[in-house]
Amino acid sequence: MQFGIFSVSDITTDPTTGTTPSEAERIKAIVTIAKKAEEVGLDVFALGEHHNPPFFSSSPTTTLAYIAAQTSTLQLSTATTLVTTNDPVKVAEDYAMLQHLSDGRIDLMMGRGNTGPVYPWFGKDIRDSIELAIENYALLRRLWSEDVVDWQGKYRTPLQGFTSTPRPLDGVAPFVWHGSIRTPEIAEQAAYYGDGFFANNIFWPKEHYMRLIAYYRQRFEHYGHGTAAQAIVGLGGQAFIRPKSQDAWTEFRPYFDNAPVYGHGPSMEDFTEQTPLTVGSPQQVIDRYAAMRDYYGDYQRQLFLVDHAGLPLKTVLEQLDILGEEVVPVLRKELAKDRPADVPDAPTHASLVAKAYNGGPAREARPNANRGDNLSGDRPYQDSAAPAGASFGLAATRKGN
Amino acid sequence: MTTTRKLAVVSAGLSQPSSTRLLADRISAATTAALREQGIEVEVTTIELRDLAQDITNNLLTGFAPPKLESAIESVTTADGLIAVTPIFTTSYSGLFKSFIDVLDPQSVTGLPVLLGATGGTERHSLAIDYAMRPLFTYLHAVPVPTGVYAASSDWGSAEDALPGRIERAAGELAALVAVSDRSQQVRDPFALPEGFSPVGSFGAQ
Repeated sequence: MQFGIFSVSDITTDPTTGTTPSEAERIKAIVTIAKKAEEVGLDVFALGEHHNPPFFSSSPTTTLAYIAAQTSTLQLSTATTLVTTNDPVKVAEDYAMLQHLSDGRIDLMMGRGNTGPVYPWFGKDIRDSIELAIENYALLRRLWSEDVVDWQGKYRTPLQGFTSTPRPLDGVAPFVWHGSIRTPEIAEQAAYYGDGFFANNIFWPKEHYMRLIAYYRQRFEHYGHGTAAQAIVGLGGQAFIRPKSQDAWTEFRPYFDNAPVYGHGPSMEDFTEQTPLTVGSPQQVIDRYAAMRDYYGDYQRQLFLVDHAGLPLKTVLEQLDILGEEVVPVLRKELAKDRPADVPDAPTHASLVAKAYNGGPAREARPNANRGDNLSGDRPYQDSAAPAGASFGLAATRKGN
Repeated sequence: MTTTRKLAVVSAGLSQPSSTRLLADRISAATTAALREQGIEVEVTTIELRDLAQDITNNLLTGFAPPKLESAIESVTTADGLIAVTPIFTTSYSGLFKSFIDVLDPQSVTGLPVLLGATGGTERHSLAIDYAMRPLFTYLHAVPVPTGVYAASSDWGSAEDALPGRIERAAGELAALVAVSDRSQQVRDPFALPEGFSPVGSFGAQ
């Protein structure tokens, strides 16, 4: 079971002081937060992607690579990578690159994004959002698994004889989660590929996510990846913790009341009752989150949102201390109790390599001499599978040559 | 088909007591009577939007319905017929009424027979039913009955049969559609995938 944090990368005015951090301050702060997460014993740091203010994280791989260089065990992920508006070719390249630099400590969470104008800014149409997520991801998978890709789709220019470089580390693509809050098509997609499914679990009542996760588990089994109980589930969560519950309520209330998502709406009393947001003592947070598996089944990854709504860095770091020292160690024990032995852990690079090679040596991709393109020679890497004839054109149809 | 039908009544009146609720109750009683004459039992759920005003605003802000509102939405979307009555404010349905409509899933009232009712200070606003309410429900693919019922303040003191007559006619039209509806019996699959959906897309499997 992995525990960690995820950030949407918002730059929000602290409602108690009226101060807004600069982009420079917030960007440095996120690095401090990620390093702190590792220091206090958390497993995962995931960063969002946005292309409009007040968010800073337009380029997650840059940030994650910088964090990877300063950490040693932290698993780095995204929350989410915009599979709709990013070119899947660039996603394949960027994250394979990050995978190499981080020694395999990365995975990705695909999401469609909910900011309308981002689609036209990147030449897309939000009405195609689901189709884009399906098609782009299908291409991404092929770019990671095949050395030479001929491809034609509806939403990007066709590819003939394209090789995405670098090849994934050890010839094993990063593990992928799919994040969705309401879309059965995405749960179906995650189940089809045997990928993970992540429910953000923070804005809405848990019943809503329970239905979607139950559907994903059932379809995971349908597609033959294992039993429903073995499907790879991740959950978000949200807590504000102080040793005394009343202190947590008093301190967090102005942030809640002015928060970008739910501020000026429901009372904190109603919202904490109706959604997984938990404000209180470490024990209250433990009780709430230890019970999650009763609703969702045994799961693999729990991420908390801690650095949002204008909370100052100092407070966020204190939250991480409490989370790492008092909450997560107990949750680890609680969630390990009676966990069936056949429920897997979240896949990591090491586990994927072991599975792919069954203990044998992993692939080391060594390019052949530069031919200036991928088309004129027979194969781009010394160990690439020999193509059946030319990789495009008429010859490409002569399968089995 | 069973012989029980579900009728939802939405009243967007703000005062208590409200003439909007009064009109809604009269229409509801007339519809129920018309169905009972045909041997059909009716289960009526009456929803006062005033009681849900904060929940509706919160739903607009957070994207989810608190429990009380969720149960009201469920009553409307799974009904065999809806009686929707709003006061006319500034030439149109009230903001609260529209906000309630806005938190419904736009697909969820497809095929729902609706009787449109409205109240106002003067009879000059009676056409608001036809130029404001009717297009709203047509957009949602609901089925508004031809007769709308508008009650001006003066109608409540009128000896003429105009208002009761309209209520009778509209209730009869709604009852005819409710009688043959199976909406309340339908099982809805929230995870139904669109026809022809493929998890790899139309090109991906190549």
